[in-house]
Amino acid sequence: MWDYLKLAGLGLVAVLAAIAANYARDLAYQVNAITVMLAAGIAFLWVLRTAGDPKPDLSHEYMDGVVRAGAIATTFWGVIGFLVGVVIAFQLAYPQLNFDWLQGYGNFGRLRPLHTSAVIFAFGGNALIMSSFYIVQRTCATRLWGGSTAWFVFWGWQLIIVLAATGYILGGTQSKEYAEPVWYVDWLITVVWVAFLAIFMGTLFKRKEPHIYVANWFLLSFIVTIAMLHVVNNMAIPVSIFGSTSVQVTAGVQDAMIQWWYGHNAVGFFLTAGFLGMMYYFVPKQAERPVYSYKLSIIHFWALIFLYIWAGPHHLHYTALPDWASTLGMVFSVILWMPSWGGMINGLMTLSGAWDKLRTDPIIRMMVVSIGFYGMSTFEGPMMSIKAVNSLSHYTDWTIGHVHSGALGWNGMITFGALYFLVPRLWNRERLYSLSLVSWHFWLATIGIVLYASSMWVTGIMEGLMWREVDANGFLVNAFADTVAAKFPMYVVRALGGTLYLTGAIIMAWNLWMTVKAQPAKAPVNANNAVPAE
Amino acid sequence: METYTFLRQLADSWFLLAMTLVFLGVCVWAFRPGSRAMHRDVANSIFRHDDRPAEANPAKKEA
Repeated sequence: MWDYLKLAGLGLVAVLAAIAANYARDLAYQVNAITVMLAAGIAFLWVLRTAGDPKPDLSHEYMDGVVRAGAIATTFWGVIGFLVGVVIAFQLAYPQLNFDWLQGYGNFGRLRPLHTSAVIFAFGGNALIMSSFYIVQRTCATRLWGGSTAWFVFWGWQLIIVLAATGYILGGTQSKEYAEPVWYVDWLITVVWVAFLAIFMGTLFKRKEPHIYVANWFLLSFIVTIAMLHVVNNMAIPVSIFGSTSVQVTAGVQDAMIQWWYGHNAVGFFLTAGFLGMMYYFVPKQAERPVYSYKLSIIHFWALIFLYIWAGPHHLHYTALPDWASTLGMVFSVILWMPSWGGMINGLMTLSGAWDKLRTDPIIRMMVVSIGFYGMSTFEGPMMSIKAVNSLSHYTDWTIGHVHSGALGWNGMITFGALYFLVPRLWNRERLYSLSLVSWHFWLATIGIVLYASSMWVTGIMEGLMWREVDANGFLVNAFADTVAAKFPMYVVRALGGTLYLTGAIIMAWNLWMTVKAQPAKAPVNANNAVPAE
Repeated sequence: METYTFLRQLADSWFLLAMTLVFLGVCVWAFRPGSRAMHRDVANSIFRHDDRPAEANPAKKEA
């Protein structure tokens, strides 16, 4: 019965999408409608072919298929996102790479949101969904709640990525930074996210462990807060149901404040709380020691929750935002430094008594460097939120350097560590294909980040100083184009740093591929791979 | 009173106080006597169920 309902629903979606494609008012909408039609058609065929298949009782096994798919998707989107980043870094250094024949599609302005969304929401999002599904099952000692809903979340998320990415290139955007997807993609995100929340909560409710491990607190706060932020920031009224354009409900400074309340908490809850959930599980597991202080982790959690949500106004210093609001944002950003470093200390000290592992285990090394970058960027961030510092740093490349030391260093490295941890376990392999390739990845990525961050510090502070430089008569000394010319060498260094980072990720993809392909499976300790004998 | 003014005043007075107290309460609760054993147990829970869920349903296992 359920299968028939699904078939009817998918068929209806495919037909409606075909009608929408026909009446489309713009190209982005039309291509998106065709994509939805194809996706619904493929899903229809899949449900049709598997309808009525016997469903074995799998409640005594973990649901790892969707986690395996998540590992593949994380690696794939990671490489794609880094590649686009390298391309746009070279476009900034050499503007000729904004080719004439790609004008309007492949120039920096179109590719930049493609890069940010690919690394944050495709790479980071898949890493978080994968980790959430893995961690919540292991720490609750129970199978995921909701059966194949987890697959709906996984494929729904991939569809969102494809719709957003093709939309950006064809001009479909609502022009909100890190919230570019247009209104109907936002609706789809809401549906998928609520399903994600339901699975996570459902699994917590039927847990077999008496207590909820701290990693799950971080992951749950990430899911709940992102739902809230997404809905509020994307309150928009479509101009037509057959077009991608919409009008924001709020306007002016209110809209700016909502945007950066969203924007900063996307950093705070997507890229920090969610990834801290990964840290609190994968670091103790890889170190084979429990977390240094469970009490500290509880305080870390609540301090982060109470403080982060107020920090957004620091993105709007010296704007039309009232002074009290931007001061509030600054104060909370500075206070936030303390819980952040509490968490960093907790993660690092988990290795106390096992520091020798740093010499032998490149995965631990990756995780430790990741926590180190978490500490550095959560020191740099509060410092940059101070109004006096911000008057120099804002609108310069320093901001981009800060974001990347957090994103490449903290989010990237902890995700690589998680992938190296998960892949041998998920595919039931004895070990990774090559530890020396992990070391290569580690050094390429680390040197890449160092090149990236240091070149952006130099160019950011330089252009900040050039912008504010006045002569004896009070006239500005430099034209904007002077700063652009002065930044050229640093832009080349940045692009090279990105290239090293991308090379490391490609080596990882090869290593993970060979881990599965070049080794036989172990005797199945967990029968995840096999359907149990009836 | 206008909604904005009301919320603005609530936010920096009673609600701020309430949230600060809740946060301090959480910290005190984490350090309550007797929490140590429980926290040690939770911190070690990640090493317990790597391969399969806690209780395979015994009735169905036979089948």
